[in-house]
Amino acid sequence: MKGGVRRFGSADRRLLPEGRLAGPMPWVIAIMMFLTVLAAAAGLGLGGAARSLGADLGNRATVQIVEANPDRREAEARRAVALLENQAGVAKVRRVSDRDMAALLEPWLGSGGLDSDVPVPAMIDVELSQATPPSLESLRAALVQAAPSARLDDNGQWLAPLGRLMNALKWLAIALVLLMIGATAATVVLAARAALDTHRSTIEVLHLMGATDVQVARLFQRRIALDALFGGGVGLAAAALVLFAIGSRVAALGSDLLGSARLPALGWVLLVALPVFGVVLAMLVARGAILRALGRML
Amino acid sequence: MSFSLREGGFYFLTGPSGAGKTSLLKLLYLAQRPSRGLIRLFGEDIVTMPRKRMPGFRRRIGVVFQDFRLVPHLSAFDNIALPLRVAGVEERDLEGPVKEMLGWVGLGHRATARPATLSGGEQQRVAIARAVIARPELLVADEPTGNVDPEMAKRLLHLFDSLNRLGTTVVVATHDLHLISSIARAEMLRLDRGELLDPTGALRHPPRRAES
Repeated sequence: MKGGVRRFGSADRRLLPEGRLAGPMPWVIAIMMFLTVLAAAAGLGLGGAARSLGADLGNRATVQIVEANPDRREAEARRAVALLENQAGVAKVRRVSDRDMAALLEPWLGSGGLDSDVPVPAMIDVELSQATPPSLESLRAALVQAAPSARLDDNGQWLAPLGRLMNALKWLAIALVLLMIGATAATVVLAARAALDTHRSTIEVLHLMGATDVQVARLFQRRIALDALFGGGVGLAAAALVLFAIGSRVAALGSDLLGSARLPALGWVLLVALPVFGVVLAMLVARGAILRALGRML
Repeated sequence: MSFSLREGGFYFLTGPSGAGKTSLLKLLYLAQRPSRGLIRLFGEDIVTMPRKRMPGFRRRIGVVFQDFRLVPHLSAFDNIALPLRVAGVEERDLEGPVKEMLGWVGLGHRATARPATLSGGEQQRVAIARAVIARPELLVADEPTGNVDPEMAKRLLHLFDSLNRLGTTVVVATHDLHLISSIARAEMLRLDRGELLDPTGALRHPPRRAES
């Protein structure tokens, strides 16, 4: 006979009689994992959207020449473009072409193109230098001198509250994920204690035969890990279905703003890693709870 | 009370119900620790012994519980194999000894039966087989033949006797006078109202390695 602490073999896994899906724990973990994956996906998507907004629009401004007379409008637009191109801190200036304007206005004015009777402002996209952005007030003052009908809109100004909202939602999602992890750990502790109580007589017999706490804990750890793996897999699969469904609805809306909240590839990897993390967490928490409880036995 | 058991001795512990036999046995097989007093087992003080050292000591003790305490979800084979598995014996090495032990207690044909489908006597035989399978240095049995017929009781006692001849110290709590008289060299400890009496002089043996 060999001494020392040994693992129980596959035959001894039968020591715990109930099947792995007999109790509610796998389903509770599945629900927890479902909510965790959704919260994590929301956090990742909103984080990506906030970054995308900041990168795409935060350093941009739009100049509108609101002049009903087409000739004066054209002249002011040219002067405004010329002025902007020579301003320090302006990285790129692009006059929005008539074709692009027609495309932008098509949802409201139809596909007949721009009617010369409809006074449509001339628009100029301005990309500001990220390193040395200009003062928008001085830029606005210079523009008005060169083109009195010019209006300067700072995209970052109206996007900032949206960005802050997205950031707040992202942190809320992260907090939800952490709360879910805590709740899952608490569930595992309760399940481990319940399992110990259920099998107390078997554990006492094992102890009296010389089984160590680690040997006994392994029996429970393995079972709880299987429960967590099942729950994690089911929760992830359900959450993935929901995410795909939401993704297809968002794609159908054709909204650039909502579309920017898509999950990056790394995000999907993180979501798939969540159940694996859940299994490891469940095993460690169960082991700790069981060893503490066994330590109080004789 | 104060007493010592000789290594390799065979002891019957008797006394009326409620005299404290089972409590004394629980102290012997480390199911309880005394709140005061001194108990030395295998040469070491087990009262102050750290808890983590207990499993190693318990593996040296075989126990036949009065209520059998078989694991209800395991077959007779798996119940008997339990001490070997706890000790880390490989599966391929335990099949032979367990089958042999099943044969010894007359349950070769009930290897796959679960405790609930076994009679009281059969359960008791499984409990005895489980207690002796790992050839313990100390065998503690609490009313081990209470549920078996006289023929089987004799056979089981012969098993204890064989183990004892191989060096195992045996302590059997029983009321059965026939059982006590069947092992001539056995010594008797009589417990009555918390007092340990010594009708055969067993307590005069000085303590050696296996002691309590």
